[in-house]
Amino acid sequence: MRNSFLKPAIPLLAVAAALLISALLILTTGRDPLMIYNKMFSMTFGSDYGTGQIVFRTTSLMLTGLAVAIPFKVKLFNIGGEGQVLAGALAAAVVGIMLPPQTPPLIAISLCSLSAMIAGSSVGLLAGWLKARFGVNEVISTIMLNFIVQAFVGYLLTWHLAVPSTVHTPEIIQPAQIPMFDSIIGIWRKSPANISTLLALAACLVCWIMVFKTTTGYEMRAVGLKPEAAGYAGINTNAHIMKAMAAGGAMAGLASTNLVLGYKHFYEAGLTSGIGFIGIAVALLAFAHPLWLIASALLFGFLEYGGLTVNAYVPKDIFMMVQAVTILMILVLTKTLKQVA
Amino acid sequence: MSATAVNLSGVSKKFGELWANRNVSLDIQSGSIHAIVGENGAGKSTLIKMIYGLFMPTSGSISIREKVVHFTNPRQAIHEGIGMVHQHFMLIPELTVTENITLGDERGPLFASLKKKDASLKIQSIAENHGLVVNSDALVSELSVGEEQRVEILKLLYRDADILILDEPTAVLTPSETEQLFKTLHSLQKEGKTIILITHKLDEVLSVSDRVSVMRKGKIVATASTASVTKSDLANLMVGRNVLLRIKNPPEKPGETILKVSHVSLTDMKGHRKLDNLSFDVRAGEIYGIAGVEGNGQRELLALLWGMVAPQNVTNGSVTLDGISLKGKNSAEIASSGVSHIPEDRLKYAVIPTFSVSENIIFGRHREKKFLSFPGFDATAVKNYTKHMVDQYNVRCNLQKNPALASLSGGNQQKIVLAREIDRPDLKLLVLAQPTRGVDIGAIEMIHKKIIETRDKGVAILLISAELDEIISLSSRIGCLYNGSIRHEFSTEEIRKGRSSEQDFEKEIGMFIT
Repeated sequence: MRNSFLKPAIPLLAVAAALLISALLILTTGRDPLMIYNKMFSMTFGSDYGTGQIVFRTTSLMLTGLAVAIPFKVKLFNIGGEGQVLAGALAAAVVGIMLPPQTPPLIAISLCSLSAMIAGSSVGLLAGWLKARFGVNEVISTIMLNFIVQAFVGYLLTWHLAVPSTVHTPEIIQPAQIPMFDSIIGIWRKSPANISTLLALAACLVCWIMVFKTTTGYEMRAVGLKPEAAGYAGINTNAHIMKAMAAGGAMAGLASTNLVLGYKHFYEAGLTSGIGFIGIAVALLAFAHPLWLIASALLFGFLEYGGLTVNAYVPKDIFMMVQAVTILMILVLTKTLKQVA
Repeated sequence: MSATAVNLSGVSKKFGELWANRNVSLDIQSGSIHAIVGENGAGKSTLIKMIYGLFMPTSGSISIREKVVHFTNPRQAIHEGIGMVHQHFMLIPELTVTENITLGDERGPLFASLKKKDASLKIQSIAENHGLVVNSDALVSELSVGEEQRVEILKLLYRDADILILDEPTAVLTPSETEQLFKTLHSLQKEGKTIILITHKLDEVLSVSDRVSVMRKGKIVATASTASVTKSDLANLMVGRNVLLRIKNPPEKPGETILKVSHVSLTDMKGHRKLDNLSFDVRAGEIYGIAGVEGNGQRELLALLWGMVAPQNVTNGSVTLDGISLKGKNSAEIASSGVSHIPEDRLKYAVIPTFSVSENIIFGRHREKKFLSFPGFDATAVKNYTKHMVDQYNVRCNLQKNPALASLSGGNQQKIVLAREIDRPDLKLLVLAQPTRGVDIGAIEMIHKKIIETRDKGVAILLISAELDEIISLSSRIGCLYNGSIRHEFSTEEIRKGRSSEQDFEKEIGMFIT
């Protein structure tokens, strides 16, 4: 009984504790935490541009969060979001460059995002297959795949794809570019927020339906909770392991549409900047729930951009610490709650 | 008689809002064998865990040898000479018997060499005194279940425990091992040890204990000298109403053969032969009972019938359902040809404990069209079906809340599994493994009724159970499984005759399964 009341409070408690700890950290740098928070708020949600920046970051994090959350329902820990989003970004860029410039926008965007999803999904599927076929722990295989993808993408960029003397590819064709909110409805001016956000929101909704309303999701959750029972009920557990990893990878791949098609319009080294890893935090904070994940992504989007805005006063590393502390607090609180109950 | 070994006075234990034990007062006399019986959830385990220091009472006091104690952990209880054999053994398979027994009681400073020789000699002498035969140099992984239990008892005696608590000690034993255990218990009693026996097997209570306490809903409802009570007295006290220990079993009308297992041999991954030229058949409208001690091939037979055996392990023979071979079919395919399975380990294989009641009631049948509508489940259909099943099987739960299955009692959980499996469309064969294990007496009555009902609808039923009385009261024919083959089969007439003198009949079956 008490458990059901306390569980939703965990993320809030964790965030509060993390903000408190960061206040202490800010104090050690000799700044007034209230002033910093105030400044941070006014430059993020307090401003049109700042809000757009947060929306942009939140969009990527929703998708990399889903990349962790879906496999999590099958009790798989996908650490490979970073590699999967990277593979997707490169695929989106390459397809976007190669398409004939007259391709209609809808087709161009669909083809680019689809290839991004396929690329991310293949990387995820590989880890899923290794698990299903050989029992390789997915944590280890996805970490290793991160290295492999990183090196491979780096190699392709440097030796084959980059515009000479830069670290980025040529620009994708114009029709493949996803329009900014700015250019359509004139909000969040000059910010990178683009309509991929709607795509990400739709993805969260679809994943929620898939997990909680369909037979596939039902079977996936059963496999995650009790693989023996699932097997006994005639459910193919290995197929679900691979499916979940592939679906997770596809979501990570889709995150690259926000970066490549919506913002930069080319792939460049360092474009993904760790959003795959922050996705783990996003998913954990939301207990891997596809809809709560939206709120959780928003928080991390805020912390990420908020840290940048006050960089002149306090090092933004403090806010990276806040993100990590939040996750540790979640884990600690969940464990203690279990012991209390 | 003599002094009091353990005294509980007004002991209560509350978990959250639930009273697991309420105002329990109990005297356990020194040097006696005291049985505590009760249904699952009656509070037996909580009670002994308090005596053993695993839980602290919410109120009331516990005294050991007339000295009030407040144990906060088992270490203190062990220090007072209390020892407990848990239902699930706490042994390390990779270590030898001696190492397991001395573990935690090495009697030497850090880094001193272990005195295994001395320990081994001491163990041997205790073992010989009480008929606890076991090779002290063997690895625990090489031992049988009965031997493992002896090691657990030796562990307590090695620590000079004189109050021994045994939690469901016979659940895993063969009839002859059980007999041996009881001899040991009597021998320990002669030495002045006090033995507390937790069990739900009433026959054993009557045959081994001096005194018996019955628990119901967290309270002790009666304590009496065993000589003064009968089996049905105990059963009625446990349940709180009159129960039928023996279900009415009208004559069956067997039809044509549904399941035919012929000359099946099966070896496991390690190359051990688990089924050995096994043959039997089950006809429509009859219950074929497989009697046997666990580990004689039951698990492999179940896996075979459920398509969970790697084909290369079956070295010989065939299994057919309605004349069609099951070879190469997986469990989903077998299920859809009209077969239901109820596995022995319910919580592990038959349900998802954290899923809700309705999610569990369609588990394994969730691809049936009647539960589906785009894009997934038809919530109303599932809800109505759940209500229908819950009513029909008299499952006690609050459907408004659709609670997690884990919050239901063992009996109600099993009713849900039974409802789901019996109601499978076009059911031809129902395979039941230990259908009433961990189920309250009250629920057993109902489950047995449903099994007979299903039989009379013309379903072929294969019943695998370690409870001989269950096998005897339900089966149309009984196959005695020993070392992977049917050693003897009792006909319907023999069983009818046997039911009138059950004790003798159990012994007769016992001869064929050990």
